[in-house]
Amino acid sequence: MMQVTKLEDLYGREGISPGHSACAGCGMMVSVRQILLAAEPPYIVVSPTGCLEIVSSPYPYTAWKVPWVHVAFENAAAVASGIEAALKVLERKGLGKRHNIIVLGGDGGTFDIGFQALSGALERGHRLLYICYDNEAYMNTGIQRSAATPLGASTTTSPIGKLEPKKDIVSIAAAHGIPYAATASPHLWRDLANKVRKALSYDGPSFMHVLAPCPRGWYFDSNQTIKMAKLAVETRIFPIYEIEEGRYRINVMVSKPRPIEDYLKAQRRFVYLLRPENAHLLERFKKLVEDRWNHLLKMAEAFPAK
Amino acid sequence: MLKTAGIIFEPGNMASQLRSGWRSQKPVIDQSKCTKCLICWVYCPEPAIYKTPSGLIEINYDYCKGCGICAEECPRKAITMVSE
Amino acid sequence: MLKQEQFRLLSGDEAIAYSVKQCDVDLIAAYPITPQTIIVERLSEYVARKEMDAEYVAVESEHSALSACIGGSLAGARVFTSTASQGLALMHEVMYIAAGLRCPIVMAVVNRALSAPLNIHGDHSDMMGSRDCGWIQIFCENAQEAYDRVIQAYRLAEDPEVLLPVAVNIDGFVVSHCYEPVATLEDAEVRAYLPRRDRPKLDYEMPITFGSYALPNTYFESKVEQTKVLEKAGEVFEKVYREYPADRGRIGKMKVDWKGEKISVICMGSTSGTIRHTIRHLNINGVSLISLRLFSPFPRKEIVDAVSDSEAVVVMDRALSPGAASPPLASNVKASLYDAGLRIPVISVVHGLGGREATMSMISGMLREVKEEVSRGQARNRYLYLGLREDAL
Repeated sequence: MMQVTKLEDLYGREGISPGHSACAGCGMMVSVRQILLAAEPPYIVVSPTGCLEIVSSPYPYTAWKVPWVHVAFENAAAVASGIEAALKVLERKGLGKRHNIIVLGGDGGTFDIGFQALSGALERGHRLLYICYDNEAYMNTGIQRSAATPLGASTTTSPIGKLEPKKDIVSIAAAHGIPYAATASPHLWRDLANKVRKALSYDGPSFMHVLAPCPRGWYFDSNQTIKMAKLAVETRIFPIYEIEEGRYRINVMVSKPRPIEDYLKAQRRFVYLLRPENAHLLERFKKLVEDRWNHLLKMAEAFPAK
Repeated sequence: MLKTAGIIFEPGNMASQLRSGWRSQKPVIDQSKCTKCLICWVYCPEPAIYKTPSGLIEINYDYCKGCGICAEECPRKAITMVSE
Repeated sequence: MLKQEQFRLLSGDEAIAYSVKQCDVDLIAAYPITPQTIIVERLSEYVARKEMDAEYVAVESEHSALSACIGGSLAGARVFTSTASQGLALMHEVMYIAAGLRCPIVMAVVNRALSAPLNIHGDHSDMMGSRDCGWIQIFCENAQEAYDRVIQAYRLAEDPEVLLPVAVNIDGFVVSHCYEPVATLEDAEVRAYLPRRDRPKLDYEMPITFGSYALPNTYFESKVEQTKVLEKAGEVFEKVYREYPADRGRIGKMKVDWKGEKISVICMGSTSGTIRHTIRHLNINGVSLISLRLFSPFPRKEIVDAVSDSEAVVVMDRALSPGAASPPLASNVKASLYDAGLRIPVISVVHGLGGREATMSMISGMLREVKEEVSRGQARNRYLYLGLREDAL
């Protein structure tokens, strides 16, 4: 497995061409570009319905320079399972060649509607990498809440702030006993790229949760995308860690976290959360972040990665 | 024959769709300050930044949507957003 | 030419599993549901005992079963899954996509009633619920036919002019679980009949995008084009069964017994067998029996040709289409007749819902009534439920 140390290591064949119709400053596209630059060929990409699929494939145009398939919203993991199993047997019969299989799905298609198929694929142990680019809502249909939407965030279906906390998808994935699960952020390109390569090296399922800040849906200026990702990590809201065969490693140790208000104030989707009458919600938000960080620390202490 | 299935046989043909009309400001690189660190390139969503054969970093104005991430993230502040 | 045929005692489900084994299928997506579970059980045994070199994916739902089949098919593999009733209904969304993406998938559907109320017995409501999804739909009368049609289905699906998914239907319990002597082909014959053919697939060496989205300016043409391909598949079906390496009476789109009589009965599935037996056993004359095999694409011309001499057509539907002007098969027959300018009275009979089989006495009673009407020149369009207990309504 080739380690990525400098940006020159990544400079090369893009998996996706410019000309796609993603919004200016799209965090998902920054992440997807980095993922595909790091991924070792040959690979096949599977996407469920969502932002990525829509901006990249309006007939007769495709931004995909690698083999890509979209079937429906909830079955990317099932489709990927079928491809993986098919290529395994085709290679055995001398009729095909195994490829790395990378699912690039949004939070809607992963946390919610695609949850069953994801669970099935992870349980069956297919050799594939499922990456969820998380912009924390159903962005493609105009910003509706998903299980990935954080507490207090305003979306069109939670206009005065979501009352439920964000689903812990990485723990759920890891609970399937898969060899590798990790979080990553597009501002940490080296960490993200090496995690993609590490994930692909396992003969089994791996899962990555990548934060994809969305200028449109989170309501911040389009040039702040990378800053938002950085803030999410520096406030401990989005910890960067990996779980290898059930053992934890925190990749970015945030010993002096920035105040959570810095993150919330920078995005107008949290305007309700910051109102005085919602002080109890804000407290709950902070407690969730703190509890989860402490839980991670304890897990890393009790089950340290080798 | 497989026209019916919406199958597309030319990879990356979406590159024919130019996005220059999307922006209201464009990034300009001050080559005297640029150290060719490639940070702007790795954070560009398009990508609309590339390395020329001679090693210079250039903006591809056909695709740049003017998001401003490159100017914001450049460690040397070598990129400025200019109104169009 | 007489050939020493090998016979095996197989149920409908077992016959299907055996044919899938011989077809060199690469990927099986399996999920249990009565009455097709035996198919996936037998297949898992074949794979476990290495009598079949295939990947057996025990998916977590039927929706995922068909999705995995699409993935496998687009990766270039020969794939199979089977389902019934609720499972088929759950796959509904993906069925349209499988046809739209031109995947040569073969699926066995063991026809069973749809909830609610829950019923595990045979009727055609499951396939009828998905009849518009663009799949080729074949209905089998017995286990022998189930065996043959699965093999023919792969040849049909993989034909470069077709590249559409095929559903092979058998009646739940009556065919799926009842044992018959089934004449099977040699492995080598099946392999020779089903050569591997190239088609566009997911391959890093030649990157293709599958599943783009279409705007109003292209979608309409896409769908009409797909419909034309489905129509054309009817012709390829003719070719496929003629080239099958066994006679089997060369049954194509339909089997017509006692052609050209005053009364025609059109039926699909195992009830055709019951009707044929009733007519023979009770010496009922004046009735033609058309046992239809190919439901989609609907053989309009052949149906009209088969019934044009009749004064009344009895259409046996094994499903309701609530709220519609006519049940599914009767609708297709009436539309075909109407287009051909024929106003032959159609007696639309709904039978067998939820596994209540049409018995010989029900059938003979119904035929007697129709014959009487016809002899008095009083045949007319009407609807009847065969075997319904009016007092229990």
